[in-house]
Amino acid sequence: MNPPRPIPKLDTLNRPFWTGGAQGKLNITLCGDCGEYTHPPLPLCRHCQSENVAPHAVPGTGEVDTFTINYQPWAKGLEVPLVIARVRLDDVPGVYLTTNIVNCAVEDVHFDDKVRVTFEEQGEIYYPLFEKVN
Amino acid sequence: MASKEAYITGVGQSEVGVRLERHPLLLTMDAANQAIEAAGLTKDQIDGVFTYPGKSAGYLGFSPVGSEDLMEAMGIRAGWYAGSGEIPAQLAAIGAAAMAVKQGLCRHAICFRTVYEAAAMARPEEYAPLRRDKVEGWSQWTNPFWAFSAGCWIGQYANRHMHQYGMTREQLAQVALNAHRNAQLNPNARAISKKELTMDEYMESRMITTPFCLWDCDRYSDCSTAIIVSAGDALDEVSCPPVRIAAMSGSVERWSWDQVDWVAAYDAGPDLWKDTDYTVKDVDTVQFYDGFAFLPITWLEGLGFCGKGEGGQFIEGGTRIGLNGDLPMNTFGGQLGAGRLHGFGFAHEAALQLQGRAGERQINDAKVAVATSGGGPLAAALLLAQD
Repeated sequence: MNPPRPIPKLDTLNRPFWTGGAQGKLNITLCGDCGEYTHPPLPLCRHCQSENVAPHAVPGTGEVDTFTINYQPWAKGLEVPLVIARVRLDDVPGVYLTTNIVNCAVEDVHFDDKVRVTFEEQGEIYYPLFEKVN
Repeated sequence: MASKEAYITGVGQSEVGVRLERHPLLLTMDAANQAIEAAGLTKDQIDGVFTYPGKSAGYLGFSPVGSEDLMEAMGIRAGWYAGSGEIPAQLAAIGAAAMAVKQGLCRHAICFRTVYEAAAMARPEEYAPLRRDKVEGWSQWTNPFWAFSAGCWIGQYANRHMHQYGMTREQLAQVALNAHRNAQLNPNARAISKKELTMDEYMESRMITTPFCLWDCDRYSDCSTAIIVSAGDALDEVSCPPVRIAAMSGSVERWSWDQVDWVAAYDAGPDLWKDTDYTVKDVDTVQFYDGFAFLPITWLEGLGFCGKGEGGQFIEGGTRIGLNGDLPMNTFGGQLGAGRLHGFGFAHEAALQLQGRAGERQINDAKVAVATSGGGPLAAALLLAQD
């Protein structure tokens, strides 16, 4: 049994990201003017500085950009090894998520593997984890 | 009065240990007094104080002493002082001091970095540990996925380097092997490294987070390192060989641990050469931040000692970066061999080498050195010259 995951402190900016999974949505901040994404979320677009930004549900698929197989149990009871990965999201250019690749053996994770989001619920937080698409 | 140049003059370092009892302010005084003495100054001549990242109230072991603490303890009347983490990286505190002495705000500024993480872990009632159960700021994007350590972040960049360019674990191992070999000649490293490391020991050790095994990660230690930066027009007051800060850089494309394609050494590296006639060919020794073993590879490539992707080949076999090689690297043992001094050890060693004070590990005729600190979005580089 894994220990509880660290809990992000919610605010108006990050709430759509961390709780969107309740509706099955992976929300990333999108600019209504220039169409670029801003992540981590800001109250403005980091590309054109427009304040016309809002959370947008993205496809939730992507590819393993890089990863590390972690063997060190950083918290008591943490089941290792586990895969920590950087996923590049489809249709969200320039945005990466640090996440875990789950539901497969650690040795089955490779560069450029296609993955999709799967949410892990813990309290009000829905952690966006990823699993391989077969 | 403004001064055209800034110089590193005296340097000092306290005992380096693991779970030291000595109070961190006293460690800081040890380092500071040693640096002042090495410069041939008295404490009354110190009129500037700079540190990184300033006192860290929420996680005291990381930085238990601030600039104001040293000013109070030593009775320093400072023309300028600063302790900040919002600066390119650890060695940027020395850069800030250089700017201050050039501006004429102070003549002799003491820069220090005090770490107390090993002692703090042993005495959590006195030094509260870093809270990891609730996260905010940038750590909310990594910690919830058990990516607690910078090793988990930097390890991903290292793995991709291996995937893209073919760097091998045997090549990467040379960073740690070189560190422990050199550490045997550094009296200050005795508590950290007991003996040389063999390739077999390296390959058989336990993995922390791929590709980093135990030997690829620096170790919490307790220590203070102090470096005095003096104005060019105040050199007649010092009695040690001054080391000119010939250039410095600290550029970063974007401050993020996971939204950028590469670590900031690739941004700050090229910028170091923008305003100097020196080139990589002039460099006699490099002291590269090695909190994790991959980082010196990024500095070798970022600064142009080799091409991007060629760092693994560059250090293959370890001869080139050894004490008798073409480019002696981390001659004091780096952080892997001499403890997590958090950046300042690299400037300390570069100055000692250029002053001819590096004892058994002294390299011949060292005139130009590069010292760097940082990993991920942190990057600061100093070009130091005995000219």
